[in-house]
Amino acid sequence: MNNKLDLSVDIAGVTLKNPITTASGTFAPREFAQFMDLSELGGVIVKGIANVPWEGNPTPRVAETYGGMLNAVGLQNPGVDYFIEHDLPYLEKSGTKIIVNIAGRTIEDYCEVVEKLADTNVDLLELNISCPNVKEGGIGFGTSPEMAAKVTREVKAHSRQPLIVKLSPNVTDIVEIAQAVAEAGADGLSLINTLVGMKIDVNSKKAVLANKIGGFSGPAIKPVAVRMVYQVAQAVDLPIIGLGGIMTGEDAAEFILAGADAISVGTASFANPRACIDIKEELINYMNKHGFKTIKEIQDAFKG
Amino acid sequence: MGAKLENGVVISNDQIAKDIYSMFIKAPNIANSVEMPGQFINLYPKEKHTILPRPISICEVDSKEETIRVVYQVVGDGTGQFAKLKREDEIQVSGPIGNGFDISGDHREHLLVGGGVGVPPLLELSKRLKGNVTVVLGFRDEPYLIEDFEKYGAKVYVATESGKHGSKGNVLDILKQEDIKIDMAYSCGPKPMLKALNSWCQEKDIPVQVSLEERMACGIGVCVGCVCKKKDSGNKDGWSYKKTCTDGPVFMGSDVIWDE
Ligand SMILES: Cc1cc2nc3c(=O)[nH]c(=O)nc-3n(C[C@H](O)[C@H](O)[C@H](O)COP(=O)(O)OP(=O)(O)OC[C@H]3O[C@@H](n4cnc5c(N)ncnc54)[C@H](O)[C@@H]3O)c2cc1C
Ligand SMILES: Cc1cc2nc3c(=O)[nH]c(=O)nc-3n(C[C@H](O)[C@H](O)[C@H](O)COP(=O)(O)O)c2cc1C
Ligand code: FES
Repeated sequence: MNNKLDLSVDIAGVTLKNPITTASGTFAPREFAQFMDLSELGGVIVKGIANVPWEGNPTPRVAETYGGMLNAVGLQNPGVDYFIEHDLPYLEKSGTKIIVNIAGRTIEDYCEVVEKLADTNVDLLELNISCPNVKEGGIGFGTSPEMAAKVTREVKAHSRQPLIVKLSPNVTDIVEIAQAVAEAGADGLSLINTLVGMKIDVNSKKAVLANKIGGFSGPAIKPVAVRMVYQVAQAVDLPIIGLGGIMTGEDAAEFILAGADAISVGTASFANPRACIDIKEELINYMNKHGFKTIKEIQDAFKG
Repeated sequence: MGAKLENGVVISNDQIAKDIYSMFIKAPNIANSVEMPGQFINLYPKEKHTILPRPISICEVDSKEETIRVVYQVVGDGTGQFAKLKREDEIQVSGPIGNGFDISGDHREHLLVGGGVGVPPLLELSKRLKGNVTVVLGFRDEPYLIEDFEKYGAKVYVATESGKHGSKGNVLDILKQEDIKIDMAYSCGPKPMLKALNSWCQEKDIPVQVSLEERMACGIGVCVGCVCKKKDSGNKDGWSYKKTCTDGPVFMGSDVIWDE
């Protein structure tokens, strides 16, 4: 059935066997492997990694909203050394491409991480310049074209692997940021990260998250994400990983029609731990139904 | 080992007290993988606007029937959807999740303390324990599962806040009144109750295992949304965050940072 299809995509010179990747922060290798064969994925994008361990925010860190969720995990992570020692060897055996999402509070932090990853088998880097949770650092980079370009340029200069820059949607003009990042040397773009949101418990009259505000994700944000992917794809000639609320294969196709080359599955994996695999199968069904043989054909079929 | 994902089939789903339901789900892979009492499952609400799974403790496992029993309170959207499930309906389930109660020791005198919807996981625990089991349960108004505990031979004390059933007050009042022999205590319920019980046990030099509750997103150890503070001498602050879902939900009371 799918032997006639070619699902492979090229992201900055790296071939993914299919366009399905896991969104950063919503994937952990050993836990997912309980429910799926990781080699079925085009690539895995791992949780944001910093130069040193980050403790993260107090709890509650997560809350459900209508058709979505909020998180203020605060990028808790064990640091790059731990990642290289404990997670990377496992990922290397998983039979899929390894994409490492990088967090930082300063440009030097980011550079230190990519330098440490230079000698590893990591295939691609994804620079998180956008996490809205972290009070220091993060927020500044993704929201101004100058800062976004600066961090991209410097990190690019320190990295061996191709650099994908993950854009923040919490900006007035996403195209301006995408162009700045492209000019600064990014090899690809991913979008969108979470929108900034908030939920108040009207009975206790308190913010539900300890951090008060947090990142909004899930199917509720999909129209915003599709719009941004579309606008950026029109303006910038770089490979794009599209994400934000993808729950089904048809959602994935929608992002590809908007101009994405690959997609990531995030919050959907909480609603269904096998979401990535189900989405892949549904995308194949969609391609068969519409007579598409390649991902590029879907992209080219967009009628405006 | 490890968690499974499967479409469970509802065998029965009956109201047993006000807003409290007892549901038996046929889920062979999960039922056969339960390792310890105190583990939980994630139930995935069907309606699409409810994105996250609901963590619910395993109340009983029947490996012959390959069923899991859960006892849950309807408090909102997700549990409201569960209450509508009928015999033969399907529901997606993942589990078993987490580290449950450790019953590998040679303790003989067991105290189980439960509050509200913390009571259900203690039932499977009481079934598996060897020795004398005393169960002290606290409810707001209406008790449930009492006969089930008695059926497995436990001595049961009940406290209700309203005083309508059992003695008026809370579980600590009962512990202070009665002279119960205890080698090991086990507890699940609201955090203030766990905290008070932990202090009481500490004074009496009784080890206590507590099952914690936190807001969860993935329920399977991925998102780091559900952390709690556990003592950690290797860390500069003397504690570190642990995932309540997969590192817990059961911890030694003496390992938990209780302030907050
Ligand atoms: C390890 C564990 C075991 C549990 N076992 C049981 C059990 O055996 N029986 C039972 O009745 N309840 C149990 N709970 C609580 C149960 O998970 C919540 O009552 C349920 O998730 C509420 O969902 P809702 O959609 O009806 O409520 P809503 O308030 O509409 O839920 C909104 C969101 O908040 C979360 N949430 C709400 N209340 C809680 C809570 N107390 N703890 C964690 N998350 C919450 C929900 O999961 C959901 O994501 C357990 C919780 C945990 C963490
Ligand atoms: C719990 C959680 C943690 C996340 N952590 C990260 C992270 O570490 N780095 C990052 O770039 N994005 C992170 N994200 C954002 C997601 O990768 C994704 O961009 C966003 O959730 C939108 O996609 P979705 O709607 O499919 O989830 C996180 C999202 C969630 C829900
Ligand atoms: S709920 Fe996601 S890690 Fe525990």
